[in-house]
Amino acid sequence: MASGATNIYLPEYATITAAKQMTETEMYFSFKLDSGKPLGHMPGQFAEVSLPGIGEAPISISSSPGSNGTFEMVIRKIGNVTNKIHTMKQGEKIGIRGPFGTTFPVETAMKGKDIVFICAGLGIVPLRSAIQYVMENRKNYGKVTILSGTRTPSQRLFIDELKKWAAIKDVTVLETVDIAEDGWTGNVGVITTLFSKVEIDPAKTIALIVGPPVMYKFAILELRKYNMKHQDIYVSLERHMKCGVGKCGHCQINNLYCCQDGPVFSYADIENIREAI
Amino acid sequence: MGTKKVSQKDFEKWVEKLIGLQKVFGVQSKDDKYEFGALLKAENLRLDYDITILPPKKYFLPSTEQLFSFGESGFNSSVDGEPFILFGVHPYDFVAIRQLDVLFSMKNNDVYYQTRRNAATIIVCDVENISENAFSGFLGFDHVEKGFDLLVTKTGSDYLVESGSDKGKKLLSLMENAVDAQAADISKRSEKWKKNRELLKKQLLKANVNELPAALGKAYDHKIWNEKAEKCFSCGSCNLVCPTCYCFDVQDDFGWDLKSGERTRSWDGCMIENFATVAGDHNFRKNKSDRYRHRYYRKGKYVPEKIGEIACVGCGRCISACVARIANPVEIFNAVAEA
Repeated sequence: MASGATNIYLPEYATITAAKQMTETEMYFSFKLDSGKPLGHMPGQFAEVSLPGIGEAPISISSSPGSNGTFEMVIRKIGNVTNKIHTMKQGEKIGIRGPFGTTFPVETAMKGKDIVFICAGLGIVPLRSAIQYVMENRKNYGKVTILSGTRTPSQRLFIDELKKWAAIKDVTVLETVDIAEDGWTGNVGVITTLFSKVEIDPAKTIALIVGPPVMYKFAILELRKYNMKHQDIYVSLERHMKCGVGKCGHCQINNLYCCQDGPVFSYADIENIREAI
Repeated sequence: MGTKKVSQKDFEKWVEKLIGLQKVFGVQSKDDKYEFGALLKAENLRLDYDITILPPKKYFLPSTEQLFSFGESGFNSSVDGEPFILFGVHPYDFVAIRQLDVLFSMKNNDVYYQTRRNAATIIVCDVENISENAFSGFLGFDHVEKGFDLLVTKTGSDYLVESGSDKGKKLLSLMENAVDAQAADISKRSEKWKKNRELLKKQLLKANVNELPAALGKAYDHKIWNEKAEKCFSCGSCNLVCPTCYCFDVQDDFGWDLKSGERTRSWDGCMIENFATVAGDHNFRKNKSDRYRHRYYRKGKYVPEKIGEIACVGCGRCISACVARIANPVEIFNAVAEA
């Protein structure tokens, strides 16, 4: 190995400091790097999680940077790496590379603005890093609206935190489910049905959207009804960021590398990128 | 730097000397084709080849290579930095290597590629025989005048050898009975370059290369993507033989103890069906035509916009490798330029 050169493909060790089941398919994890250093991420970024022998998967970071040197992820059991990590417990070790990618504009465009968070399905997982950041620095932002939609009530994530955020001044939380189950008394319908219940001032609002691929165009259509400027709408896109460092090619969205140019994009920057949404 | 002239006999003696000095990989015959391989005898070197089955990028980005091993001692990475000589790289393939140099160091430096690249002394040789689908003459990649360590050109019964780096100069100094090339020799080489520029035009490219990114920009919905992709087997052969394709897959494997093991990367191809699939089986480029278009956009627009040069070097290997006969970049580039 060339001396002194950093190896962009080499993970470092982290230890699981907490692990708990959240839903049937989602588990919450908290990690700490064995080096003792903070991960150094900003809201919206992701990291590559390595389970040596199984593989590596890009996972979004769900906590704000201010969480005492630990960082959190919510991982759905869906592939080799994620199935295996669901069997792991506090004290066990994983590999981490990152953080990678662009961030939600918490320190730039969002400052002083009203913020609308549109979280569909697992979208709340990456958006929570920005929501936490906004709540920790509450005076830097205006009114906050959090729209959260899941397929069923049993798939809801961060229920206690949604409740806690809803109690904060000038914060509105609206939830909906696609399909109600026994005992659910809240809204029923896809996430776009919540828009009739919110007011958005396009002159001073930034919207952040994360959800399944099919949802973006519908959420953006709703925001455009408010005449929101395209540059004020931010999305985080999912692709297979296999290497995370702009080489392997798997995450390309036309000319863009989702791992480096994204995953957070302003809608204005991708509205003409045909593979984006 | 200097250009020397040497006889066939002394040239061969020099190659023999190099083989004793370092590991040498050179072009040799393989059945009725040619390939780069470990060169054990000077007489096996075939600088009269038309094209090799695989491009020489395999010496910098091997088809499979270990990224690191893991076990009780943690993650351990190593890459072989032993110096080697790569003998007989054609100019178009050298241009491809030059492009990979930029792409693998852009923003994040890839130490595996870089270590191998630094360990290499590249001897470029001018084209003696023209392969059936070559079109590098249209792209200006028919010869190179800089960047190489050494450049070998056959002129009649002699060889001209020019050094373009200190590494090359050092090897050249080992050559016996070499004389300084005269103006007449240099002009013979220029003649050859001029001739090769015309000969390396087997596929007729009509599109203006500089206008290609803009032309492609307007051709996203061109009917050619569907027409061609319909016949595509998604086998990825075009990707595998391409000197400028560098996408890779990453794979982990356990050893017998189920504790230690290794992570490797292997060549991958954007034409293969699941290239853009994410967990949960959502494929962002499900249609063959989307994958097909992506490949040509990379060659003609996306990469050129990054590095300022078309990312197809006109070797024609994809044309020969494609069993469906749909992988001719010239047909694509001409069609979008006409649209």
